[in-house]
Amino acid sequence: MLITCPYCGPRDVIEFTYQGDGNRERPNPASQNLDAWNAYVYDRLNPAGDHNEIWQHSGGCRAHLRVVRNTVTHEISSVAFVHGDHTSAARRKAESKS
Amino acid sequence: MAEYSAFSLLANALKGNKDWKPAWRKPDPKASYDVIIIGGGGHGLATAYYLAKEHGITNVAVLEKGWLGSGNVGRNTTAVRSNYLLPANTRFYEHSMKLWEDLSHDLNYNVMFSQRGCLNLAHTPAQFDDYARRGNAMRHLGVDAELMTPAQIKRLIPALDISDSARFPVVGGLMQRRAGTARHDAVAWGYARGADRRGVDIVENCEVTGFLRDGDRITGVSTSRGEIRAKKVAVAVAGSTGRVMQLAGIETMPIESHVLQAFVTESLKPFIDTVVTFGMGHFYMSQSDKGGLVYGGDIDGYNSYAQRGNLPVVDEVMSEMLALFPGLARVRMLRSWGGVCDMSMDGSPIITTGPLHGMYLNCGWCYGGFKATPASGWCFAWTIAKDQPHEFNAPFTLDRFHRGLVIDDKGQGANPRLH
Ligand SMILES: Cc1cc2nc3c(=O)[nH]c(=O)nc-3n(C[C@H](O)[C@H](O)[C@H](O)COP(=O)(O)OP(=O)(O)OC[C@H]3O[C@@H](n4cnc5c(N)ncnc54)[C@H](O)[C@@H]3O)c2cc1C
Ligand SMILES: [Zn+2]
Repeated sequence: MLITCPYCGPRDVIEFTYQGDGNRERPNPASQNLDAWNAYVYDRLNPAGDHNEIWQHSGGCRAHLRVVRNTVTHEISSVAFVHGDHTSAARRKAESKS
Repeated sequence: MAEYSAFSLLANALKGNKDWKPAWRKPDPKASYDVIIIGGGGHGLATAYYLAKEHGITNVAVLEKGWLGSGNVGRNTTAVRSNYLLPANTRFYEHSMKLWEDLSHDLNYNVMFSQRGCLNLAHTPAQFDDYARRGNAMRHLGVDAELMTPAQIKRLIPALDISDSARFPVVGGLMQRRAGTARHDAVAWGYARGADRRGVDIVENCEVTGFLRDGDRITGVSTSRGEIRAKKVAVAVAGSTGRVMQLAGIETMPIESHVLQAFVTESLKPFIDTVVTFGMGHFYMSQSDKGGLVYGGDIDGYNSYAQRGNLPVVDEVMSEMLALFPGLARVRMLRSWGGVCDMSMDGSPIITTGPLHGMYLNCGWCYGGFKATPASGWCFAWTIAKDQPHEFNAPFTLDRFHRGLVIDDKGQGANPRLH
């Protein structure tokens, strides 16, 4: 499986660390809503098909990536920085271009 | 029910083996049943068998989307053990072990249960202490456990590198002698035949595609072979749990599906006569009765419904094998394959009534559910028949996560890919 890191380009999956389901939303730390916390920690969509997930390019630029991957075929349809283009990697890239 | 005996073998041999009955019929599904079990894997078939045998409930159908045994029951590496740390797990898996010890006799079907032992290797003093703790916990509950020294281990497994220059020196191990292996296909076939002979319909090539409802009660299923009604619908679909529960409108579960690979080498002369596990990574190996070394390691590590694996794990498993057994470097690998596991958030299973009215759920086996097959079926049948759990499966509820009662034997938290 190859993942195309927006900063580094296509790299073998062994350079990446899976961080799991990208649909989960961490409740506000001050939240007392136990159901929301439980859902965040334990409940998963687990679809057979396109799955929105987080990977870290741990053996490369170390950016966290949002990847849409098909869990049946392993086809990857999109990869983007989790935090938009504001990562240091993207900034460095932008600077090196200017 | 002793269809297989010395006498019947001889009598059939003399008649050219033409009079054996098929091990199970191929019935068309009826319009309705008392109980429908979705999933003709080991657990679904065992559930049907014990429903009939222990509770006299025989108007039962097992619906299997493929052919019988095409799921994980026919894909696993066949290790059977009850060496857990936490009491809920130890009690449940030890109940399974006791059923295994009588299974061939009970089913009148040779499941080739072989109590060749299971040895966990320790590579650091801390790990050895941890095994001592686990062994003590097991013995408190009446399960056999023994600590072994490197010298004893070397006598048991001569090919193991226990020298100080080994990449990961062996400082000792925890052995469960009553653990071992069983012939996985025979387990499915034996339960299928036992259930069939008691009247259960085993319907292959029948995929469940939806659930029938009356208000908020499940009253049956729609399938690729038509609608079938039932008073009770039990789900035992292992790696497909997420998909099947979505058909019932349940969008999220404390489950992720991941692929686990297994490998077998060409046949060798007797090389190892126990199951051995490596403590510095995740690797385990035994030798099949045909001579192939059967081994595996970690799951691929990301959600997957593909019944095949990817190369990085192949690479990792091979290097772990060579760290333990450098002598296997030139042995050829014959085959590898993958199965889809339903990894639960605490690494322990779920066997419960619900979560919808008229529904019963058996899932979350992670990659260790083969050993559980007899107890899983036995407890699930009890739960379906009596609408309440047996004490052995009472802790394995679906709501334990939300109630803070997780059963996390490995202490890895809510990280299914680490269990
Ligand atoms: C490579 C590998 C190695 C393993 N090694 C071990 C081991 O050494 N020891 C151990 O204890 N465990 C091991 N396991 C785990 C063990 O095999 C499983 O936990 C256990 O077999 C799961 O229960 P089952 O047998 O009922 O599942 P399965 O055999 O997978 O049964 C589920 C069935 O449901 C059917 N199904 C799914 N969806 C539908 C539908 N919509 N309609 C109808 N039918 C449907 C599937 O086709 C399948 O046959 C291993 C697993 C794998 C993949
Ligand atoms: Zn990168």
